[in-house]
Amino acid sequence: MEEGRTLLDILVAASGLTLAAAAPFLYAALGELFAQRSGVLNLGVEGIMLMGAFTSVYVISDKGFGAHPLVGLLVAMLVGGLLGLLMAVVSVTLQAEQGISGIGLTLFGQGMSTLLFRVLAGGVIVAGGVEKLSIPLLSELPIVGSVFFRQDILTYGAFALVPISVWILNRTSWGLQVRAVGQNPRAADAMGVNVARVRYQTVILGGVLAGVAGATLSMALTGVFQENMTAGRGFIAVALVYFGGWSPWKVMAGALLFSAANNLQIWVQVLDVRINDASIPPNLLIMMPYVLTIVVLIFARERQKREPAALTKPFERGEN
Amino acid sequence: MKLRKDLIERDPVSILAPVLAVALALVVGAGVLLALGKNPIEAYGAMLNGAFGDTGRLFNTITRAIPLLLVAVGICIAFRGGVINIGAEGQLFIGAISVTAFSVAVGENLPPLIFIPLALLIGFLAGALWGAIPGYLKAYFDVNEILSTVMMNQIAIQLVLFLLSGPMIDPREIELGTRIPQSARLPEAVALLRLAPPSRIHAGLFVALIAAVVVYLLLWRTPLGYRVRAVGQNKDASRYAGINVPLYTVLALALSGGLAGLAGGVELTGVTRRMVEGFAVGYGFSGIVVALFGRLHPLGAIPSAFFFGALLTGAEQMQRTIQVPSATMIALQGLVVIFVVSSDIWVRRRASKRAARAVSQPAPIEMSMEPIPSEVK
Repeated sequence: MEEGRTLLDILVAASGLTLAAAAPFLYAALGELFAQRSGVLNLGVEGIMLMGAFTSVYVISDKGFGAHPLVGLLVAMLVGGLLGLLMAVVSVTLQAEQGISGIGLTLFGQGMSTLLFRVLAGGVIVAGGVEKLSIPLLSELPIVGSVFFRQDILTYGAFALVPISVWILNRTSWGLQVRAVGQNPRAADAMGVNVARVRYQTVILGGVLAGVAGATLSMALTGVFQENMTAGRGFIAVALVYFGGWSPWKVMAGALLFSAANNLQIWVQVLDVRINDASIPPNLLIMMPYVLTIVVLIFARERQKREPAALTKPFERGEN
Repeated sequence: MKLRKDLIERDPVSILAPVLAVALALVVGAGVLLALGKNPIEAYGAMLNGAFGDTGRLFNTITRAIPLLLVAVGICIAFRGGVINIGAEGQLFIGAISVTAFSVAVGENLPPLIFIPLALLIGFLAGALWGAIPGYLKAYFDVNEILSTVMMNQIAIQLVLFLLSGPMIDPREIELGTRIPQSARLPEAVALLRLAPPSRIHAGLFVALIAAVVVYLLLWRTPLGYRVRAVGQNKDASRYAGINVPLYTVLALALSGGLAGLAGGVELTGVTRRMVEGFAVGYGFSGIVVALFGRLHPLGAIPSAFFFGALLTGAEQMQRTIQVPSATMIALQGLVVIFVVSSDIWVRRRASKRAARAVSQPAPIEMSMEPIPSEVK
């Protein structure tokens, strides 16, 4: 270990990274939360994230248009929104089985992002990334400052979205409609709520946020695009919604937990953790978030009572 | 002729829909290729040529179809049993790595007639065990099987990589210092017969075809299959009828995983004959598409597997000759899935109209979570 870099410094850096790495989980999971609260299970998040990850990096890279990162973000949102619209048409209007159609959307996103990546970028793509934004005064605070207040704008945005989501769901009439449509679409319909429209809105919103999640992963977190770089994060985000019992705050706690688990490899390496004097094989560390997801789903069982009653159930008007 | 009724679903739309879905996916794919400055006619021509151009290529297509068919037949069991198995990819890897470990350990000590069936049985059992885990979690802990099987895939990938780069690495890789993550070569005695060398088409073809027929008979001609399907159709009614619903949920996923594991074993002993990084990647997901395209019927999966074997073989050729990435096929498969499940609404509507005519009673209202409804009686 280098002289002058104390254990504390490393812990501070790793904690800061854990916060930043939680951002993609948060965007994707909060978007999925809205969709699920309205009764639609979107399992295409993984594919939408990949498309957002590629398109954003591509437009800001030299191989694309060298655009400002903000443009990259907007493009990712647009692509995510369009794929969300596709999912909405399939699951709301055509009432397709949501689990399988989501898997179809994921396959589509995986194949399409790889295809575009190989044809347009030729296999390698690097982008400048998103600069860190130090918040005046607060960022000067010891420890806390560097962990919390020297992040990029996308990370701040992700955490800001948590209270905003809570407020929208609980305090706005649209939020009430979303919940009503997810709990009892027939009653909502009888009260004059357009069930299909609300579900379209939430699924498209979920798509937009999944696009942002992908852009955060590629533009801000890594600065590159790699084939299948999401590596199951989209599915973990869906699991986080279950884990969080459909509540944004608990989803945030889950996102932090999984981000920490995802960074386990880095932690173990910097802290040089050893078992019986042998280093831990990296593959077993990479495995951890996935094992954790399954364990968490087992224990999230109690929370399933809060599952929106109409989740995965299509609604058709005019029947009783 | 009772058999015919099962073989051909009554509604022509349910057969037509997947075909239209593929056609539509190919049209969308052509648009994407055009937008990327590639000639779609040239691309699809290269695909067709790559899949059927000569006998060798046709054999390649069939070789590809073998694991696809086994995976798809397994997926059919899961879907019919009311569980969505996205974990075939991992189950296949676990099957293959188990067969590798077993075969390398046995060495040349067994004659092929005992060795091969035993090895394939190990593959089946390992896949079944890997599938039974999410099955058990669904049945007894209400864990969403789509999420758990996706996670089990990732775990399987890392587990296999760990084994191949350490405990199970080919000793020669360490001697030479190259450390490529791959296992030792399998003993000759466990290798499946090649039917037409130099092509790699192998005796696993018969294993796959027999498996499809056996699963068909199992599902529609045995009490066990009847119960699996009953649970898939209506859990509550099955429970009232005295069927042990959790047990049959686990069983459906275990059998499904077993067939994926068998697919891994067959591909390993038939084609690669050693476990390597990137072994059979994507077969688990393609198998789902094959099953859906075959209307979730084990016998329907036979032509379906052949068709998708051709698409995948053709896509590789396309990548080689005109540099259109084979990932195009993954995107198209995704579209096929989306279109097939979307077209279901028309199949269902026609079915409920027919049911209404037949019984003069309103059709069931609540659209169930159950996958594609099986045959309309």
